[in-house]
Amino acid sequence: MSSLAAVTVSNLRKDVRLEWRSKDAVNAMLFFALLVVVIFSFAFDPTAEESRQIVGGLVWVAFLFAAIVALNQAWMRELRNQVLDAYRVSPAPANALFMGKALGNFLFISVVEALLMPLFVVFYNLRPVGPAWQLVPVFLLGTWALVVVGTFFAAISLRTRSREVMLPLILFPISIPALLGMVEATTMVLTGTDTPRFWITLLLVYDVIFTTVCLLLFETVLHAE
Amino acid sequence: MTASFQPGRVYAIFGDNGAGKSTLLRVICGLASATAGTVRIFGSRERSEFTARLGYMGHAPLLYDEMTGMENLRYFAGLYGIDDGARCEQAIAAVGLDPALPRRVGDYSQGMRQRLSLARAAIHDPEILLLDEPFSNLDPGSARAMGRLVADMRDRGKTILVVTHQAAHLDGIADESLWMSAGRVAAWEQGIAAADRATASAVLS
Amino acid sequence: MKFKIFAVITFLLLSYALYQGMVAAPREATMGDIQRIFYYHVPSAWTSFLCFFANFIASIIYLARRNLKADAFAVSTAEVGVVFCTVVLVTGPLWARPVWGIWWTWDARLTTTLVLWLIYVSYLMLRRYSTGQATPTLAAALAIFGFLDVPIVYMSIRWWRTQHPQPVIAGGQGSGLDPHMWAAVLWNWVAFMAFAALLIWVRYRLEITRQQLDEAHALKAVGQAEGSFTR
Repeated sequence: MSSLAAVTVSNLRKDVRLEWRSKDAVNAMLFFALLVVVIFSFAFDPTAEESRQIVGGLVWVAFLFAAIVALNQAWMRELRNQVLDAYRVSPAPANALFMGKALGNFLFISVVEALLMPLFVVFYNLRPVGPAWQLVPVFLLGTWALVVVGTFFAAISLRTRSREVMLPLILFPISIPALLGMVEATTMVLTGTDTPRFWITLLLVYDVIFTTVCLLLFETVLHAE
Repeated sequence: MTASFQPGRVYAIFGDNGAGKSTLLRVICGLASATAGTVRIFGSRERSEFTARLGYMGHAPLLYDEMTGMENLRYFAGLYGIDDGARCEQAIAAVGLDPALPRRVGDYSQGMRQRLSLARAAIHDPEILLLDEPFSNLDPGSARAMGRLVADMRDRGKTILVVTHQAAHLDGIADESLWMSAGRVAAWEQGIAAADRATASAVLS
Repeated sequence: MKFKIFAVITFLLLSYALYQGMVAAPREATMGDIQRIFYYHVPSAWTSFLCFFANFIASIIYLARRNLKADAFAVSTAEVGVVFCTVVLVTGPLWARPVWGIWWTWDARLTTTLVLWLIYVSYLMLRRYSTGQATPTLAAALAIFGFLDVPIVYMSIRWWRTQHPQPVIAGGQGSGLDPHMWAAVLWNWVAFMAFAALLIWVRYRLEITRQQLDEAHALKAVGQAEGSFTR
């Protein structure tokens, strides 16, 4: 009847269309991340050599904050007019809602990252010593790690007080291994010290395990009342 | 409470605030869970068997403000596996709205939003419709139109449960009515007579 | 009555363990008496980990069976686990400072414990901040995420530390531990487990009572009897 793939695509298209019209999330993310970059430049005043050491961490902290901005309002449109009720009453699979939302967030945050990376390169005079192509899997896997767990936890925090505070509160601790992986891998590539193979594997394992758990538990969380 | 509803009839549900009318609808469509007891629809307790045959119109619009009416309907129809644009157009026209209207739902008037919400609830032609306060904030003309829509659907064989505070709008439309108080059914009458039982303390069992 | 007997046994165990740790165990050659913190640091870590494991199992049971007792057990074990975890995090620096002159070292085990503490404190915060009936379900979901994360956290931090080595507190798992010291460690562990069980028991009963109160209030608000109609 309403297949998982079809409804996922329908959800994804709807989210992209709505975001395209308002550009709320993307604008907020871009500006916030830019602010973080600038403030960090004041906090740490690195030479080109030092900056290679710390930029891995700075980049991901900036993207993490940007991601939180996006994730905090990920379910806002659904919440506004109780649209989730209409979804829950229908036979559409809960996981289609989750995957559509997660893929949409992944898209938006990736766009922001793609726009911001040149900025980092400029501000910190970056030139990666290691093979730059290795950054691609790091960014893809790392962003997905944040997005998949973040979208799930955003759904959890819908039923809490101070929901914008709850989301980072429950997301950050669980994301620590993924963050470590992203930062270390990025630093390794930039400084050319070592191959980030372990970290990329870790991110892959993290992504697989937690995507599975999200898909197993989302229906329960959606219907929790 | 224990109750049973038959097809092809409109049931009006009245009651004090907090009596549990909205909760009753939500329990029936699975949005809330009963502390005890079961809901059987078409003889079955398995939700998956009847979700496609059930429609719910909530107190809130259950629509995306940022999309047009047609976009909303196409999206929600998709949730039921319906990919037919023409059918969505018909559903919108049937509630008296213009399918080609490019205005976003956020800019609709209350009456328009209620009507679109009804169209959304019924897009998949469900056999059971649960309507929570469909007449709220409607002017008399729109309310009459809404009442006619409900009667039409009943005439097509649907079971319709309507929760409302405004009994007058269902006069001549409701087949039976209930008065709920503190989670119990205090009265069950023909037509909208239960609304007169506002002070009823009798609990019929 | 059972509870009182168990409480007495726990007290006896704790006393004996104290004796073992403070008196019976030999004085460590290089570090001196300060090393005795080890008998609190390590058993606390094991105890807290077991509490979190119990929380994991209880959360799964809750999601599978919707059994409120499982939820009561989950919150109890999480709270007690966090308490013991805090003990680990406090005794670590207390030990490190006199011995190595630093308060904190980002060594693998201590850092993992810190992350564990953060995860379960966030669990407790979720429980406190969530509204309505959904709390047990949401918390159980978070608990599952949290516990599955633990091995990943440990592996990632261990690798991180091999990249950037730091001094290690507690000098490796049982690295050349004098057999007399093992006795102290084990007795303290048994005593702490008993104490944890006691605390969990108390908290569990408290939670069950709270659940019953909530249910009584809800029923009172709605009215008890049923008006039945079948037409």
